[in-house]
Amino acid sequence: MTTTQSPAAPAAPTRTYADYSAPLWRRWLLTREMAVIALTVAVFVYATINVDNFDGPLTVKFLLQDIAPILLIALPMTLIIITGEIDLSVASIMGLSSVLLGVFHDSGMSIPAAAVLALLAGLACGALNGFLIAYVGLPSLAVTIGTLALFRGIAVGLLGTTAITEFTDKWSDLATNTIGESRIPLVMIPFAVLTIAFVVLLHFSTFGRGIYEIGLNDEAAHFTGVNVARTKFILFVLSGVVSAFAGIYFTLRYGSARGDNATGYELQVIAAVLLGGVSIFGGRGRLHGVLAGVVLIGVISSALRLESVTVNVTNIIVGLLLVASVILPSVLAWTSSRLPRKAATPPESSSTPNAASAGV
Amino acid sequence: MSHTDIERPDSSHDDSHTEVSASEALLVEPSRLSPTRRALTTVLRSRELSIFLVLVAVVVLATTKNNAFLFSSDGWRNFLLNPSILLLLAVGQAVVIITRNVDLSVGSVMALTAYLTGRLFIEQPNIPIVAVLAACLLLGAVLGLVNGVLVAYGGVPALVITLGTLYIYRGIMLTWAGSDRINAGDLPREFLQLGTRSVLGVPLLTILALVVLAIVGYYLYTARGGRELYAIGSDPDAAVLYGLPVRRRLLAAFVLSGALAGLAGALYTARYGTVSSSVGLGIELQAVAAAVIGGVAIFGGSGTVWGAAIGAFLLVTINRALPSLGIEDFWQRAVVGALILGAIVLDRVLAVRQARKLAESRDHS
Repeated sequence: MTTTQSPAAPAAPTRTYADYSAPLWRRWLLTREMAVIALTVAVFVYATINVDNFDGPLTVKFLLQDIAPILLIALPMTLIIITGEIDLSVASIMGLSSVLLGVFHDSGMSIPAAAVLALLAGLACGALNGFLIAYVGLPSLAVTIGTLALFRGIAVGLLGTTAITEFTDKWSDLATNTIGESRIPLVMIPFAVLTIAFVVLLHFSTFGRGIYEIGLNDEAAHFTGVNVARTKFILFVLSGVVSAFAGIYFTLRYGSARGDNATGYELQVIAAVLLGGVSIFGGRGRLHGVLAGVVLIGVISSALRLESVTVNVTNIIVGLLLVASVILPSVLAWTSSRLPRKAATPPESSSTPNAASAGV
Repeated sequence: MSHTDIERPDSSHDDSHTEVSASEALLVEPSRLSPTRRALTTVLRSRELSIFLVLVAVVVLATTKNNAFLFSSDGWRNFLLNPSILLLLAVGQAVVIITRNVDLSVGSVMALTAYLTGRLFIEQPNIPIVAVLAACLLLGAVLGLVNGVLVAYGGVPALVITLGTLYIYRGIMLTWAGSDRINAGDLPREFLQLGTRSVLGVPLLTILALVVLAIVGYYLYTARGGRELYAIGSDPDAAVLYGLPVRRRLLAAFVLSGALAGLAGALYTARYGTVSSSVGLGIELQAVAAAVIGGVAIFGGSGTVWGAAIGAFLLVTINRALPSLGIEDFWQRAVVGALILGAIVLDRVLAVRQARKLAESRDHS
């Protein structure tokens, strides 16, 4: 309706009335999230048929183990990006919790006690981010670039270039074992619990509605009674705790606590979240799309690795997917505004007068 | 313009009526100060000066602990030479951030042109150095143009686009290089000397970086195009409504950032002599950090490239100063993180104070 007037209009994150006039099935199927899920399934099926050993018993296990930390951190990251903020410090929190786990364990503490302290450190890191962003009102991009350096610096400062590698087998096994006879790693149990918790939080609670409202317009959200500062603070704290958990898992899986563990993971998480249809402007995105985005990247890297294509090509593909997925809506809007009206979206009674002007 | 010229009282009149402090006058009604005092107060209250003083303090502290930090031929050279490459990246980054964008792909662009430099010398041993530098500038500019086109026409934040191109450019570099590695032996001696030679005690690389800094700084400060970059960053929508060539300016900013990253890649090869797959890994965050510490607001519209340059000097110098101060250099990143947080908190405090003063002066009049 209105889009015919403005060529090359950037894809607006808001929904129009027309979105809700379509039948339910169409609203569900013709979404960004469904496109990502379909692509993921397609790549998965293609790889199963064409890539040797992709259907082997170990592939799924390694695939899930590889993407587990990214899956975990993507949950709170999705909520943070929907509010229009960003957290670049997650990988540094992973590194810091990894080092703390190692240092505490090395000083004679049991793994569970050390893990609790590492989780508390993650909580403190998230609280620092949240305090500076939500209550002092600083831009999250700048704050988390600062804490990215700060937390990583503390992690590297504590251990230097040394690594702590002595972990009891019992706990390392916990990170690499699978559930019974299946190929599913044990870490998927806490992950499933967390996912359900985050889905309920985002999609089935007033807190979650508040997150979308903040992303669309935080002043308006404030006036409708959403506690904007508290919401953002809670989200950054959650992000810190979950990142610390991912760091602990990472450490036990590889049996090594190092200051530079998980360097660069923040970009992978953000790429996966944006690929899953979350708008960087805030206010738009759903968790099933994000899960598909993470799995898509995992499947592609795993399949390419089995084909002995190097990680470099994976980087190119991930980058292209990311750019294409954000540029495509603008390109589609632009082309549909250039095409004759009948080729565009289903006709509306009010759109008839515009048809002539759109054709010119 | 002419209106204020007519109303501006002469300086003697001005002085008798000055009741407010210089800092308040500078904020509320700069024309009440004489040009000299205005310039002086601006400099004294600038972010660049405070960062510069921190840099001086770090250098003085490190030098008192260890004389060789500055007063040895090696110390002096490292002090000037080490920040030069980051300085180029920080200048480009500052220009992009001023337009309320960010360029995360600079590290990957740098890696690509660093490898290109080595490749060119291997394939064409007699190629003139100027041609190599030009090729790197050009490749960087083209990669920057790709970023700029996607950002300016895609309607998507630069953060997402340049995150994507960060992966793409790095992937291209690694695919192209394979397990190949450029060593100093592959490079002609004159080119390596470019990274080590000095003129009157100042390394050539530093001179080059400072010349670039001076040109970009002068352009931003005086030229119409430069001022429009600030206008775009302060309020992109208003800039469009006002009829500024927003897309063209954004393209130019990204092309500049890409070209400088390209140049930095060539100079990296000249300075270190080796190119491995990890060139420039994570340096994009250092460039952003240098700009933020130097007072370039991440939300665009304010800051100078001088500040970003001093920020780059500070980041690199701290790294070298920590061991002389008896702190393991593993802690460098923690110090840098604390500096960034300090800088943005300071920005916030100053902005709140400024807003309060403006509101007060409005209520009084």
